[in-house]
Amino acid sequence: MSVEILLPAMSPTMTEGNIAKWTKKEGEKVSPGDVIAEIETDKAIMELETDEDGVLGKILIAEGSEGIAVGTLIAVILEDGESESVLDGITASVVSVQSVPPSAIAIEAHETIVKAPVMISPSEAVLPEGTGFSNMTVREALRDAMAEEMRLDDSVFVMGEEVAEYQGAYKVTQGLLQEFGEERVIDTPITEHGFAGLGVGAAMANLKPVVEFMTFNFAMQAIDQIVNSAAKTNYMSGGQIRCPIVFRGPNGAAARVGAQHSQNYASWYAHIPGLIVIAPYSAADCKGLLKAAIKNPNPVIFLENEITYGYSFDVPDMDDYTVPIGKASVVRSGSDVTLVAYSIGVKFALDAAEKLASDGIDAEVIDLRTIRPLDMETIIGSVKKTNRVVCVEEGWATCSVSSEISARLMEGAFDYLDAPVTRVTNEDVPMPYAANLEKLAVVNDDRIVSAAKAVCYKEEK
Amino acid sequence: MAKKSIPRKTKSGKPAARRKAVKKHTPTPIVTNEELMEYYKGMLLMRRFEEKAGQMYGMGLIGGFCHLYIGQEAVVTGIQATLKEGDSVLTSYRDHAHMLACKIDPKLILAELTGRATGISKGKGGSMHMFSVEHGFYGGHGIVGAQVPIGAGLAFAHKYRKNDNVSVTYFGDGAVNQGQVYESFNMAKLWNLPVVFVIENNQYAMGTSIARSSSEVELFRRGESFKIKGECVDGMDVFAVREAAERAVAKCRAGDGPALLEMKTYRYRGHSMSDPAKYRSKEEVSKMRSEFDPIDQVKKRILEANILSEDELKVIDKDIKARVSEAADFAQNSAEPDPSELYTDVLVAE
Repeated sequence: MSVEILLPAMSPTMTEGNIAKWTKKEGEKVSPGDVIAEIETDKAIMELETDEDGVLGKILIAEGSEGIAVGTLIAVILEDGESESVLDGITASVVSVQSVPPSAIAIEAHETIVKAPVMISPSEAVLPEGTGFSNMTVREALRDAMAEEMRLDDSVFVMGEEVAEYQGAYKVTQGLLQEFGEERVIDTPITEHGFAGLGVGAAMANLKPVVEFMTFNFAMQAIDQIVNSAAKTNYMSGGQIRCPIVFRGPNGAAARVGAQHSQNYASWYAHIPGLIVIAPYSAADCKGLLKAAIKNPNPVIFLENEITYGYSFDVPDMDDYTVPIGKASVVRSGSDVTLVAYSIGVKFALDAAEKLASDGIDAEVIDLRTIRPLDMETIIGSVKKTNRVVCVEEGWATCSVSSEISARLMEGAFDYLDAPVTRVTNEDVPMPYAANLEKLAVVNDDRIVSAAKAVCYKEEK
Repeated sequence: MAKKSIPRKTKSGKPAARRKAVKKHTPTPIVTNEELMEYYKGMLLMRRFEEKAGQMYGMGLIGGFCHLYIGQEAVVTGIQATLKEGDSVLTSYRDHAHMLACKIDPKLILAELTGRATGISKGKGGSMHMFSVEHGFYGGHGIVGAQVPIGAGLAFAHKYRKNDNVSVTYFGDGAVNQGQVYESFNMAKLWNLPVVFVIENNQYAMGTSIARSSSEVELFRRGESFKIKGECVDGMDVFAVREAAERAVAKCRAGDGPALLEMKTYRYRGHSMSDPAKYRSKEEVSKMRSEFDPIDQVKKRILEANILSEDELKVIDKDIKARVSEAADFAQNSAEPDPSELYTDVLVAE
């Protein structure tokens, strides 16, 4: 009986892939363990092995094809001696969702974002007239930011796990080793506490390390060096010892990776005087803020989001494009309610704003971009107009960034509020693994819509 | 000079049988009269400074924690003698003497200890958190073991800039059981960083003796898993320290780092000022003071070589005491930081 080969999900966030190469030809014999193709995922080029004995009967997706959805029928293997007539009528198609691996189902919701992101202006920064734009992913924007700063300043170097030869666990450092060499793009052992401290020491000697944590979950091993050494030394030395270091990497929930790999640390680091904390959403902001972070003489926590790495945005074609640290951005203008968000929360807020618009509620969306220092001026400016605030956060509510904003609004904008400030966040549980439970745990646009209607005193339909 | 070994203590207080004796360094290194005098004066300044700090703590002029270096002076003195301009030094919170060894003005240190605006950290660091970029002194770190990866990072910067400077990273026998020490050993050897790891083994991690805290008490062997060859040195003998440090520093300058030295030393005072030191006998302390004191050892050589007389040495002591008293006056008479300093230096303005 013939066996259908579907494009598998080869990473937690892979929704599509490219057929880099077919390593077996049609009609060629295959045995279990044979590599039949090379698939380029969002992270790497992976070999696709077969488990079957037989003959590669038909290749349905040609070599070089890009953007093939996970679950697409890409080839058929025939049993030895099986007639090729069974191949008649078979075409490439996405097989029913039931046969797609669970991880692909879980991120199905995000698929639509990749295809149709809500476009927002690159930033309110005044761009020179005639500035062109390039469409690029967040991943590419971050890579370009590091490469540009490394070209500008010899003291900038990148270190972390798998940043060099592997090209980055999430491909964010792709190509840096080739351009800058192993003295400036440094693979570390798996030793977060150690290399965070080593980076701090290098920064105290006025180098500018960009330290990648494979994810910020692993940075908890290193948090003493970040908080006690990086953040406090300038103060403790009376301003003598600088620590110009950037700690960057994905933060927050990815997809289906469970409790230990799905946590948002924004409020942890935002608690610490002496740190700057940045958590941008769009590719333009990622580029402009990462460049600003590397240039900044202070320790910076730069929180990325794995799910958004593949999102595409317009990024200004400018030499040395930077975005100011500490400035929020109004990414959608509205008059009825203010949705304050950051990182992937901005995407949920923008989607909610679309839904609210169809119900006649005009929501303004603020992307905080920097968490510490918080740009309360922009938030309060918006509150004066809308008199209602919903804070959106892909993270827990207790002692969160949303809690902080809420408290500061009590102190600074109480008289402008017509309704209590509301927080829409993840549920107060460790991240569950099961797809349905994970979906229940993570903030979504519908919850934001409900909260916005509540503060506008509009009934749910 | 007769070589003395330091007995290692066990739980019962009896000297343990040694697996390996402290490394003999024969012949005795050639030392000039100038060097003898320099080390003597340097160590005496540390001793008198720490005694003064102890007094001022008792008077309530110094607050919080205050960790004295009395007894350990030979270690930092011998090592510092091998360093040059551009080298980096850092240590734990027991840092006053390391700063003196880096030629930092005692006035600035005592003013910091008393929390005054004229202190080296403008009064915002305190005893445990002092730094001087100008003198290549990178702290002054309050978290046990945290200075070790930072020291490796300073060495990384020397290598990155392709200079022949080294980083000397001091830590104690308490820090050797912290994981980040080994993370640092691994990276330092993997990348051949020019870092001299100096374990100041004063036998007690706060109140816990080395035998009660460490499965392997021969700390110079702690680098073996990382292919870092260690050396055990009599840390009460400034010349033994200097000789071992010369080899270690030269190795690192030649691009063949890291190096690891275990300095067998002893602190006469408690872990900090609030420590009654009931975990060891008075006899043990007095034996170390009377038989192994690093300053007395040098003094004996000076007298034996007829470089100076006992009376002439008394004059030196008097001068040093006067210098320390002057520093104490400066510290006490300096103003506290202006309240406006509360919010400065949190972030560096761009």
